[in-house]
Amino acid sequence: MEISDGAVRILAGLLTARTGQQLSVGRRWRVETALRPLLVRYAMPTLDLLVGKIVSGEVPQLADEAIEALLNHETFFFRDLAAFRQLETQGLGRLHAARAESKRLRVWSAGCSTGQEAYTLAMIFADRPERWAGWTIDILGTDLSPTAVARARAGRYSQFEIQRGLPIGHMLRCFDQQSDEWQASQALRDTVRFRVHNLLAVPPAGLFDVVLCRNVLLYFSADVRGLVFGRIASAMPADGLLMLGAGETVIGHTDRFVSDYECRGCYRKRVEDPRPALAPIADES
Amino acid sequence: MMKTCLVVDDSKVIRKVARHILETLDFAVSEAGDGQEALDACRADAPDVVLLDWNMPVMSGIEFLRALGQEEFTQRPKIIFCTTENGIAHIRAAIDAGADEYVMKPFDRETLQSKFELVGVA
Ligand SMILES: C[S@@+](CC[C@H](N)C(=O)[O-])C[C@H]1O[C@@H](n2cnc3c(N)ncnc32)[C@H](O)[C@@H]1O
Repeated sequence: MEISDGAVRILAGLLTARTGQQLSVGRRWRVETALRPLLVRYAMPTLDLLVGKIVSGEVPQLADEAIEALLNHETFFFRDLAAFRQLETQGLGRLHAARAESKRLRVWSAGCSTGQEAYTLAMIFADRPERWAGWTIDILGTDLSPTAVARARAGRYSQFEIQRGLPIGHMLRCFDQQSDEWQASQALRDTVRFRVHNLLAVPPAGLFDVVLCRNVLLYFSADVRGLVFGRIASAMPADGLLMLGAGETVIGHTDRFVSDYECRGCYRKRVEDPRPALAPIADES
Repeated sequence: MMKTCLVVDDSKVIRKVARHILETLDFAVSEAGDGQEALDACRADAPDVVLLDWNMPVMSGIEFLRALGQEEFTQRPKIIFCTTENGIAHIRAAIDAGADEYVMKPFDRETLQSKFELVGVA
């Protein structure tokens, strides 16, 4: 099934406007595969006609459905195991000491897809009851996609999904088998909240001590990425921790964050230069 | 040094599929058709990890695990159960018998790789 350059441009424009994501021409094959189910559902003969229908606004939900189809929701439990181990030992260890008084931690999984990342965090806390006894741990998962958020809330996973990355001990302890599916236990679900949120918008209220924004920003343009990094920084306290995906970095994309040398793969807010600003040099002439 | 994996399954086809995936993950692969053969192989030269099927003639996966538990190793091989028995009771039984991880068939390369990482041999 062929799609014309013009139609790809329209879709790309729509995707960028709604999500910040860019659609490079090289990913055209993905567009075609992703939209094929919509063609079938709406009995449209060609992709160009489908795009025409989106533009005409005749079927209002069609644009949303096309965006949904173009998003990549790929995720799994404990994605990048080594990074989560670092976070557990170094990052959370430090925050445990820093928040010893308030005993409160807020964690945000931004772009959480179907919830595996947020539940991974919940399990990391649940693994150490002696460390976190008496603490209030608030874990929020957000995603642009209402379908993904609904799935995350339900916490129900296929056999294929449940065993990707998840240690068997956690599966037995934290999930209940329901014929072919596995559902996060009520206890686990009670520790995580999910809601729809677009990273291009103002962050959820309050400050988050730990923010995970993983495998989301890589499709953003440099400008949008800079904007989102700024927004995330504004939602974090000075000693907060940002964790990106394995192949991602802040270097060259923002000056709001610097590498955290104690917690590999994580970033901290750049501390404002504490020196007083120099008085302007008087013009000698 | 290349990590070694022993694939234990009475189906030649499954062994072939597993071998193919494991070789792309840089494992040196050997095969056994039942638990007894696998036990002999482990005694002769213990692999880093064993990918173990449940239902096999001569000696089942669980019997193999129990027998392996009686053996002395300088480094006990990690055991990943890999079967179509996906009920929670089966999984518990395998873990209780000493398996380190459990993969439900069918699986893909990423799933298998994540399990190897979990047991520390990837
Ligand atoms: C590839 S998944 C990554 C999921 C998870 N963070 C992980 O690393 O496994 C990317 C997710 O980001 C979401 N996303 C894309 N653009 C977004 C935006 N502007 N705001 C919020 N979420 C967005 C997508 O819907 C998708 O679920």
